[in-house]
Amino acid sequence: MGIPIDLLLNAIVAGLLLGGFYAAVTVGISISFGMLDVVNIAHPAFIILGSYVAYILNATFGVDPILCALVALPAFYLLGAVVYQLYYVAFERRGQEALRGLAFFFGLLFITEVALILVFGVDYRYVQAPYIGPTWRIGFVDLPLRMLVPCVVSLLLVAALQVVLTRTFIGRAIQAVAQDQMALQLMAANPVRIKRIAFAMSIATAALAGAFLIIIQPVEPSVGREYIGRVFAICVLGGMGSLPGTVIAAILLGVVESFTATFYGPSWAPAVAFGFLLATLAIRPAGILGR
Amino acid sequence: MRSWTFFLSALAVGLALFALSLGLGQSYLFFAGYVVLQYVVLATAWNILGGYCGYVNFGSAAFFALGAYSSVALHKLGSNIDRYASGLTADILHALLPMPVPAMVLAGGLVAGVIGLGMGYLTLRLRGVFFAIATLAMAVVLQTLVINWNFVGGSRGAYVIRPDKVELGSLSLSYVEYLCLVMLLLAVTALTVARLIERSRLGYGFATIRDDELAAEAAGVPTLRLKLVATTVSGALMGMAGAPLPYYLGYVEPTATFGLPYAVNSIAMPMIGGTTTWAGPLIGAVLLGSLQQIATVTISSAVNLLLVGLLLVVFVVLAPKGIVGLVLDRQRARVEPARGKA
Repeated sequence: MGIPIDLLLNAIVAGLLLGGFYAAVTVGISISFGMLDVVNIAHPAFIILGSYVAYILNATFGVDPILCALVALPAFYLLGAVVYQLYYVAFERRGQEALRGLAFFFGLLFITEVALILVFGVDYRYVQAPYIGPTWRIGFVDLPLRMLVPCVVSLLLVAALQVVLTRTFIGRAIQAVAQDQMALQLMAANPVRIKRIAFAMSIATAALAGAFLIIIQPVEPSVGREYIGRVFAICVLGGMGSLPGTVIAAILLGVVESFTATFYGPSWAPAVAFGFLLATLAIRPAGILGR
Repeated sequence: MRSWTFFLSALAVGLALFALSLGLGQSYLFFAGYVVLQYVVLATAWNILGGYCGYVNFGSAAFFALGAYSSVALHKLGSNIDRYASGLTADILHALLPMPVPAMVLAGGLVAGVIGLGMGYLTLRLRGVFFAIATLAMAVVLQTLVINWNFVGGSRGAYVIRPDKVELGSLSLSYVEYLCLVMLLLAVTALTVARLIERSRLGYGFATIRDDELAAEAAGVPTLRLKLVATTVSGALMGMAGAPLPYYLGYVEPTATFGLPYAVNSIAMPMIGGTTTWAGPLIGAVLLGSLQQIATVTISSAVNLLLVGLLLVVFVVLAPKGIVGLVLDRQRARVEPARGKA
């Protein structure tokens, strides 16, 4: 096989950069699904919502998209708190989260998507920023800045979350909820409040992930669907709720997808992620760093 | 009521409505009726796995599209047999193809049923949530396969030319009327199957899985085998619902055929109607299906999708037992105070 070495290297680097971005997309799911057992399949829809917020602020005020996301963080945090409260009152308290909770989030996904289509139409939207366009070249390896910047910021985001989860009081409380909710109640802490905070944090990450997404590629409302399989594949593969596991799994998926796109054509790339997920579920449901 | 009696009386009601619509001479009624009936089949099929067993399938659209695309493949093969086969194979194919639509329906059901079985075998050992996510994943994998499969048109889609009229005995029907009749038969069959399951040992087994799978397993219910039966039957019915689609539309392409609206509708309809009886999906599909037909004509097709999503969320939050549950609760409330007095 005569695969040119520069093509190979470029595919690996592109995959690494893509993987970094996938880590930001998945980290919210790792918290909500991996730690709290809330099957938030609407997460990608919140990410697209984040993309559109970045798009609006960028188009009207010309603000940097990542800065826009930081501005939108509190709003997304609030949104997450409201959604969790509704979910708790309607399903978790009654012990009906399995079937109806899933249908609830599925409905939410669908509503967000259709509402965005009604408001913005199905045209692709994109943002303007100085780092979209230029590419650094190191030897024969291309480092497009529009991939590099989201990748770096995203890894920073995951690192910050990991510090919060392991070093602060509230972070440790979230991990305690993930491990044993009953024991936490015996310590006189309110698991619902802690889960609300954690879920709100997970939705807040969607604001940033959305901004990264619209920096990397133009966005239209139904793009989010492609990410449903990816985020769950990464979350499961990473071992459900382990942030280092999430990063490893995200990078693995990014590299595999980039190889597929380079050597077989981009139209096969979505199937890779989902095939990956099916294989993971069938062979090792506990993931790489599973408990 | 025995199943045969049920089947025949449901069929009689359906045929009476069909004859009435023929008498009215409105061809739009058949266009809309086909879609509503198709949703009756989809919702009933979803409910066999989702409502009876408690396993959520997000991949309804994929099973539906499998049926549609098996028809497309058979149609394409039928019109170019000599290009792909020779000798004995070609002779056999010439004898089999072109198939009438009811045979296509069976073929679509077979394909989707086999995929349903394989899918269940891969994922049903896991917790319910993983099954739900895996169905979503499977839908995208199958869509990608179809997009990259040039024989059935790839992402460009495929045209299917249908005859103008069909002669059934002395009755001459337009093709849409004929398809509507086929779908009617299918809907009645699906409802009968659902009702039969509901009242058999199989149905009680499904209910134990839904209520407490661990306890069911401990009590000796063969849970995996029952779940595989449910995915196969449910998948096969969805495939059957999709098989006539290419003939109805005349053109199919992957994005719309695998579209989220089919998946959302087949979840929303049983949830709104009520998931524990065969009547729930029927009520939900007729209500929501007709509502969508009306909204598409009078408002717009995007708004009607929004309507479905909103109704789904509202019902799931406020009336978790659906319309059937609301009616039953009201009846019970009316009976119980009377008992209290006596």
